Amino acid sequence: MQIPYTLQFINLLAALLLLIAFAMLAQRRILSLINLFAWQGALLALSTFIVAYSTNQHHLYYSAGLTLLLKVLLLPYLLHRLINRLNVRWDVETLINIPTTMLVGIALVIFSFNLAAPISQLAEGITRGLIGIALASVLLSLLMMLTRRKAVSQVVAFLALENGLFFAATSATQGMPLVVELGIALDVLVATFIFGIFFFQIRETFDSLDITHMEKLKDD
Amino acid sequence: MMTDYDLLFAILFQLAQLLLVVLLAPLLTGWVNQCQAWLQNRSGAGVLQPYRVLRKLFHKDAVIAHNASPLFRVTPYIVFGCMWLAAAIIPIIAVDLPFSQAADVIALVGVFALARVFISLAAMDIGTAFGSLGARREMLVSFLAEPALLMVLFTASMISHSTQLPRIVDTLAHHQFVLYPSLAFAALAFVIVLLAENARIPVDNPSTHLELTMIHEAMILEYSARHLALIEWASSLKLFAYISIGIALFIPHGIAEVGNWAGLPLAIALLLLKLMLAGAALAVLETVMAKMRIFRAPEFLGTAFLLAVLGLLIHFLLGA
Repeated sequence: MQIPYTLQFINLLAALLLLIAFAMLAQRRILSLINLFAWQGALLALSTFIVAYSTNQHHLYYSAGLTLLLKVLLLPYLLHRLINRLNVRWDVETLINIPTTMLVGIALVIFSFNLAAPISQLAEGITRGLIGIALASVLLSLLMMLTRRKAVSQVVAFLALENGLFFAATSATQGMPLVVELGIALDVLVATFIFGIFFFQIRETFDSLDITHMEKLKDD
Repeated sequence: MMTDYDLLFAILFQLAQLLLVVLLAPLLTGWVNQCQAWLQNRSGAGVLQPYRVLRKLFHKDAVIAHNASPLFRVTPYIVFGCMWLAAAIIPIIAVDLPFSQAADVIALVGVFALARVFISLAAMDIGTAFGSLGARREMLVSFLAEPALLMVLFTASMISHSTQLPRIVDTLAHHQFVLYPSLAFAALAFVIVLLAENARIPVDNPSTHLELTMIHEAMILEYSARHLALIEWASSLKLFAYISIGIALFIPHGIAEVGNWAGLPLAIALLLLKLMLAGAALAVLETVMAKMRIFRAPEFLGTAFLLAVLGLLIHFLLGA
């Protein structure tokens, strides 16, 4: 049985998406983390574009364009500016060491592949094998949020998690209605702004972006 | 049914490949070194330099330590033989060679392991500190690299339903073109394994004798003259064999079939082109990367294992 080339290409992009999720998990530097996030957005835009082309749904072209504009250009630019102003270009501290995190990541991938197998049987779309990968990248981003100590990398993890969800939406249901997508995009943008303000507040209060300081908030 | 003529052709092809590999291997090493020299703004010693070094070493008298056992003397021949055998098994210019039926990919990894065991034993045989240090480090690196290599080969085997390299090449090269995401992961993992196993830069530096960093060079410090020449030649063969495995798994297009004389010139031309590109890419990789601390090597090779396992998982999920 020969699979159409568009689907093969989407499969390849999905695999690359998973690879980038792992690369982010292993990354020690904030600057490279943001660049990886931009690459993830670019892959997402490309895969959305191909789904739009192969299923002939015009509103997906808009959402691909929106992804490109927001997640490849605007958000990385904002994050770059943020880390320049905060002067935290280099340090990332992980709670667990990186090889252990990677092993936990592999376990998560196996778990989500197993979880997605019955769902994929039900789905009828052209891209049903991809739900597992989307779920895995969501869980990997969640793992990254848990294992990072600094606020900036947690926010990048949050944005990557949203990328995973978006990929799940395009691959499983071939795209949400445009209104919903616009709403989510706006939410993410606003969230980034609010996080930016939070960073300055946190740093002003604790002289550091290390969120373990926040555990000491006790009235004594 | 194989006729006598077919068998004769197959043996001729096999001999041609054996000769070609053993003669070309130093040239590949010379080409990689030359590319590196260009990238570092040096004029370099020329691509023929490894041949000159080999000739010089073969003309010298061997010096052997007083307390060397026979193991120390036979190791260079065993290592050279293993690498040459490995190069005979891999389909380099043609598939379905008589030798390739003898061993599958798992046995191929075993052949590499055999050579490694002997060279490590010989390094410890003399009893110098450097020898045992190098042998231990070699074992550390290789025990991490070997599972990753096996996983890479398993991914390719799962796709083609066979652990025989000729079958794998046949499935990937001579059927309809399909994109394999799992092979992309396997290729990345394979590059890392290739760098580690051939003592290239992020793990080891082949052109240094600094005691704190050397791995491969520390093991062969006691060798001289013809023994050293054989070991250097074996290292070239090993690099050649690894790059050939990479070509067979990831860009196998153009490898001829046995008895297809018309396809042979094209196969050799394509092989040379691929080797040139791979050598240049290796030189670029080595130039842009820095040598990492020995304690970071497990993490580096762990990444290779992770990538290979991911490739296997993705093969199961996507079926491609």
